Amino acid sequence: MPGPRFVADPPEWTRRVEMGGLTALFHIPSGMTHLLAAPAPQILDVIANNPGDAAEILSRMTVDFDVDGGEDAILARLAELEASGLVSRV
Amino acid sequence: MRHEVQLQVGPVGFRVGSDWSAPIEALRALYEGYPAPSGASDFTVRLEAERPWRRWVRPSVAIRGDYTLPDAAPLSLEHGLLAAEMGMNLQMALGQKRYLLLHASTVEKDGRALLMTGHSGSGKSTLAAILGERGWRLMGDEFALLDPEDGRLYAFPRAVSLKNGAISVVAGIADETRLGPLLTGTPKGSIRHLRPRAEALERMAEPAKPTLILFPRFGRDLTPAVRPVGAAEVFVRLTQASTNYVALGEAGFNALAGLVQKTPARAIDYPDTEAALALVAELWAELT
Repeated sequence: MPGPRFVADPPEWTRRVEMGGLTALFHIPSGMTHLLAAPAPQILDVIANNPGDAAEILSRMTVDFDVDGGEDAILARLAELEASGLVSRV
Repeated sequence: MRHEVQLQVGPVGFRVGSDWSAPIEALRALYEGYPAPSGASDFTVRLEAERPWRRWVRPSVAIRGDYTLPDAAPLSLEHGLLAAEMGMNLQMALGQKRYLLLHASTVEKDGRALLMTGHSGSGKSTLAAILGERGWRLMGDEFALLDPEDGRLYAFPRAVSLKNGAISVVAGIADETRLGPLLTGTPKGSIRHLRPRAEALERMAEPAKPTLILFPRFGRDLTPAVRPVGAAEVFVRLTQASTNYVALGEAGFNALAGLVQKTPARAIDYPDTEAALALVAELWAELT
């Protein structure tokens, strides 16, 4: 059974700057600043305006990014991103 | 108001009014040589009697102005100069929208700025005051103004607020004519203000390129040491050191991220002033 599907805002709604291995992200609609570690920024990239569940996200990401921990790791990061308001369920 | 003075400090014009003459006279003496704003002032500070009769009976100075903290405790009239200084700080902290305001001290040499930030007691203000007496241009001991448009730091060279132990350290090397009265028993202990050297006033409109961000830490038992600080940590600490980062929104993010990406940062531990000055000289020589 497919899991919950998540979507992120389009890239133009955020500003990002790499900072010594972390990503500082400014979310324009909320005015909030977030400091993200991989693979959170990569998850946002693959579901920006393009919803997916953990399995789909994993398959989109593994094209050019190794994800340790598989779907469980993706689900854990999605829960954090949802709590911080950067992704929502569809 | 009955008594008033207008002062230009860097890019900001203040109008300070008072129910009493003493705080304005003290301010005029301390800020001798500062220009008046060429146009309308950006901020107004009003030192008012807390109640009408408190102009005469146990005078009590309430700090008011364009921006006011409702719960701020009034000060006694003998601390009126401090009230004026706090009023100007308050207008900047609550009302400044043009620049990203960092709670930091800044000194400049050859167009390059050294930015120092840290918790109260870290020594950033004292270090800036001492460097300002030793060949650097003091740009400010309290607030650094980062311009989101060009990424440069603008000076805000208010009188330096020397507190407690720092008073004797700095008063010993600065000339007496630039020192204000010793204020004892204030909410922050003993305070004495120092007007920066004439060069800092003459060049107050000149910005500088951020060149080094320093996080000083003072402790009598510390061994002098220099540590690198990661960009993400610098970024977070500077967001915490800014009074208007959230209010500036995207412009604030872009300005701060740009500053952090382009400017090296170090933390230093120091047990005394001479050790701090040696570390600053060493780091500055490496970077410039």
